[in-house]
Amino acid sequence: MNTLEAIEHGVFDLATDGVEALKAMTAIREFESRLPGYSKEGLIRGSTHPSVGMEAIAVGVSRSLRAADSIASNHRGHAHCLAKGADPGRTLAEILGRRDGYCGGKGGSMHIGVKELGILGTNGIVGAGIGLATGAALAAQQQESGAVAVAYFGDGASNQGVLAESFNLAAIWKLPVIFVCENNHFAQSATLEEMVAQPEIRRRGEAYGVPSFDVDGMDVEAVANAASEAAVRARSGEGPTFLVADTYRYLGHMADDTEIYRTREQVEAWKGRDPIAKLAARLLERAVLTQQDIDAIAQEAIAEVDAAEAFAKASPFPETAEAFTQVSEDNR
Amino acid sequence: MNKPAQQLTIWRALNAALHDEFTEDPSVIIMGEDITTWGTGGGIYGVTRKMAETFGKHRVRDTPISEEALISAGVGAAMAGTRTVVEIMYSDFSLLGADGLINQAAKSRYMFGGQFATPLVLRSNGGSGIGKAAQHSQSLETLFAHIPGLEVVVPSNANDAYGLLRTAIKSNNPTIFLEHKGMYYDKGPVTREPIPFGQARVAREGTDLTIVATQLMVSRSLEAAEELAGEGISVEIIDPRTLYPLDMDSIYASVRKTRHLLVAHEAVRDYGWGGEIMGNAVQECWNELDAAPRRLGAARTPIPYSEELEKAVIPTAKDIVSEVRTALGTKVVQPA
Ligand SMILES: Cc1ncc(C[n+]2csc(CCOP(=O)(O)OP(=O)(O)O)c2C)c(N)n1
Repeated sequence: MNTLEAIEHGVFDLATDGVEALKAMTAIREFESRLPGYSKEGLIRGSTHPSVGMEAIAVGVSRSLRAADSIASNHRGHAHCLAKGADPGRTLAEILGRRDGYCGGKGGSMHIGVKELGILGTNGIVGAGIGLATGAALAAQQQESGAVAVAYFGDGASNQGVLAESFNLAAIWKLPVIFVCENNHFAQSATLEEMVAQPEIRRRGEAYGVPSFDVDGMDVEAVANAASEAAVRARSGEGPTFLVADTYRYLGHMADDTEIYRTREQVEAWKGRDPIAKLAARLLERAVLTQQDIDAIAQEAIAEVDAAEAFAKASPFPETAEAFTQVSEDNR
Repeated sequence: MNKPAQQLTIWRALNAALHDEFTEDPSVIIMGEDITTWGTGGGIYGVTRKMAETFGKHRVRDTPISEEALISAGVGAAMAGTRTVVEIMYSDFSLLGADGLINQAAKSRYMFGGQFATPLVLRSNGGSGIGKAAQHSQSLETLFAHIPGLEVVVPSNANDAYGLLRTAIKSNNPTIFLEHKGMYYDKGPVTREPIPFGQARVAREGTDLTIVATQLMVSRSLEAAEELAGEGISVEIIDPRTLYPLDMDSIYASVRKTRHLLVAHEAVRDYGWGGEIMGNAVQECWNELDAAPRRLGAARTPIPYSEELEKAVIPTAKDIVSEVRTALGTKVVQPA
């Protein structure tokens, strides 16, 4: 899960980007798949939301991001952070509330921020990152830094008012922001069809003059190419882009979700479009990788997450005194 | 450092503070609705007058009527290294951006383990008295002062407006800066120096009773004190200037001297910040108090439109005079 380098405009090269993306997606899958187990063990307090099945979006978008670019994420945000270059050990340490977590254990799963990587936080308020990323894009425009900002949010978040206001603001000011809706078809247990009368979420961007596109969120190549176009637009001063990525989460909304709102068959059907299997098959078919290479990537991912787990579990809990610090600059 | 003081109205003092801070620090921006081309040439009270002409529309931005996005974007921009001043036309509308203020800005330093500063100033006007009725007249300072991570500024005169706004913009903490809509044309000397937060000002010295008051209640207390002076009652008036951080030490010192306390604020009395000050004073100065502290505030009602009704809701100088008399009257010191 190294910081991914920017790729050239719209060209996802299987031999290089493809292999990198496969490694990143496999590692994120391994990381996220272990979360329910940690919850059962009592290592995670409160809620944590895994994104197994949705890896292609974070990884595809991050292909065009640089360290100086910002992301504002949501409650289901570990993958966004990892793909942006966050260290899995420190990320997991934060999720476990440990001292070596990025926020010293004060944030947890829903508030992982990493200033040096431009990660403005995963967020506990559905939709809030949309406004924050718009602001980070404003800062980039003020500073003429050439940086872009990405807002990751779900289909449920698209019903928040801040979306409409931020789309309009970003459009009139031509802010370098990429709005990425991960449409996994559920907001907790609410289905998209029940919660919106116009399920083509893309149209919400179009209504505000934001160039808006649907993209197959189970295909990392498609996501990377779309995001790269969006990043080029943003960096050249042409303003925001809205990407709606069709995807699915294989696990429950959070640990202990009974999932009574959906069928096993539906989950299995979506697994037939698995982004990791799809990319692996393509790499095999083009003879970029052998099956042994792919197995080795899976083994590497296990080893990497094993190491992250060992690091996080070995990290001590913060001192109690930490509860009272960092409230404000002078801690008053 | 003593520059000759200019006589400025509060709106001019605020304008000068913005001007000086923009000149000094190119990372400062301001955004808000109608802040460049409204009749005043600078928002509804003129505070941003000539800012766009001087500093350009890149740094002085007119925005759509989108308080939620405006405040959230202000927070995001601040976290990403731009000092953002957001002008909200009336502080009542800041409630539309409560998420950005309370759930994001106030917590960004803490929940990310101290990595982020959020140099955001939300500037707006509160207060009543000019017939703006229930949705344009609230005094919401208590609400913001209650939130850990936010700082709250309530200037009562031109010099403080200037000095505190400069400090607010320089501050790396999110700051709620509440101007009083009835006081923009009040004039006073301005020395053009930043004023630190958390340092109360003695607005009038006295020996018999301490009044703690902010904004409009400072001038009403001064008026009351003048009247009481005629009866031989000497009132001390303390203006905290910032409600958070709050300079309780100055208040304790004054209460220890006068042995009597009255808090007068324009915010609704019930659950208001006056209770906070009374509570602290009772705890800290119990043995030095000669009578129970008292407090005045607005009635527990929305602000009505009709003039006589509006006047009836907010404490007047007369109310202050009578509260002072009551406070002192309870001190029946029996000869030993
Ligand atoms: C403002 C707000 N309302 C409600 C919630 C509770 N909640 C947490 S996640 C969630 C569903 C969000 O759905 P979506 O945006 O589609 O993201 P997904 O979980 O599908 O990734 C809800 C309702 C919240 N955290 N914040």
